[in-house]
Amino acid sequence: MQDYRELVVKLCDMLRPFNKDGIDLNEETDLAADLGLDSLKVVELLLTIEDSFDISIPLNILPRVRTIKDFAEQLQQLLSERS
Amino acid sequence: MAIFDKLQPVSSALQELKNCGVDSVNVVMESFTAPFEAVINGRRTVLAGTNNYLGLTFDQECIRAACEALQQEGTGTTGSRMANGNYAGHIALEHELAKFFSRKGAIVFSTGYVAILGMMTSLAGPGDVILIDSDCHASIYDGCRLGGAQFMLFKHNDINDLEKRLRRLGKQTENTLIVVEGIYSMLGDRAKLSDITEVKKNYGACLLVDEAHSLGVLGKQGRGLAEEAGVEDDVDFIVGTFSKSLGTIGGFCVSNHPQLELIRCVSRPYIFTASPSPSIIASTRAALKILQTRPELRSRLWENAQTLYQRLKDMDFVLGPAPSPIISVRLKDKGKAVAFWRRLLERGVYVNMVLPPATPDGNPLLRCSVSAGHTPEQMEQICEAFASLQDVAEPPQMI
Repeated sequence: MQDYRELVVKLCDMLRPFNKDGIDLNEETDLAADLGLDSLKVVELLLTIEDSFDISIPLNILPRVRTIKDFAEQLQQLLSERS
Repeated sequence: MAIFDKLQPVSSALQELKNCGVDSVNVVMESFTAPFEAVINGRRTVLAGTNNYLGLTFDQECIRAACEALQQEGTGTTGSRMANGNYAGHIALEHELAKFFSRKGAIVFSTGYVAILGMMTSLAGPGDVILIDSDCHASIYDGCRLGGAQFMLFKHNDINDLEKRLRRLGKQTENTLIVVEGIYSMLGDRAKLSDITEVKKNYGACLLVDEAHSLGVLGKQGRGLAEEAGVEDDVDFIVGTFSKSLGTIGGFCVSNHPQLELIRCVSRPYIFTASPSPSIIASTRAALKILQTRPELRSRLWENAQTLYQRLKDMDFVLGPAPSPIISVRLKDKGKAVAFWRRLLERGVYVNMVLPPATPDGNPLLRCSVSAGHTPEQMEQICEAFASLQDVAEPPQMI
């Protein structure tokens, strides 16, 4: 199973291009409120993550994703389902 | 009340537009002076944002058919076909659509939006997968959400990306519905349908094509992109709307799969809404006949599309990738879009202002749709209005 901490670090790395204000990224960072990601940017991010992990991420998970922590948890579950 | 808090950002955005002297969501066409001219703010205005591709909304045959149906069958059906029964016109239109598309079956829905919802939610539910092009219309996204299937995007018109996603799905591809559009509604570009059908066949998935903007526009007979690309046999379901080239309101699906008939019994958007009124059905049937018997309308539409695309290109506007009846001027900032849209309206030309996030790349668009019915004088007025944008003062700064 993919390590949760590693996933958070990877996600923070992938979010760096979207972090225009250079805020401190951590698992409590809110994708919309702190990073200002709108639906288009979230989809862009999703496509990058999918390629990086070679998985498909259903958009159905998005209502459950508010923070980096939520994202890491959803990702961890998807990766475990694949393996 | 807290329940309204979520609407606050919308209220702020509308106020921001109003502060710039623009109330784009409340444009009123006070009266019509010609098929493509209305009075807006007391000014005669050419309509270049209607999707009325063949210009049939004022066609006398369509109007006469609607009037006769009104007299003979009344103003409405007052319920769904499942509960209240079918009118003969519903059945006749379904037969005519099936014949036009050379398909075994057809279902008529109350709107194009409902047709998409009705088909997608019935075809793909929990345990199934939907793969959609990222530039698909909001109705297709809503169809995904409402049905309960897992849904994923592939990059716009990127066949390698589509194939990659199908490969990742493994055996699930047998339960996968791919959804694309004939002509994409924002930039007017087409799906790469030949390539998509090849990939779809290789992976054993099902394909639905929304021909909302391509019916009557593409193909020798006007059947849309699948006809133009020569791949009709490889498209499982074609969905379309009556509210664009046919000039009325309603939607449909045609297919060779015998299971289409069963959709009527499970599709909640079909079952739980009122069926189209007799006058709508009658004018749609008349428009469908015209679409088949007057190919010159399609030729005129494309002449007008080529003209506007070339003229705007010559003015150095950034446009969609190829000429199409949908021609969008792509802008980088919202302030400019608002200032330009206002100027166009002042010059008597109405186009659609589309602001993010409703646009494919997060930038605003001034979206024009041309018609076979636009006269040379109206085309000239549209072009001149765009030419006048070069001296629009510094646009307001907007968030």
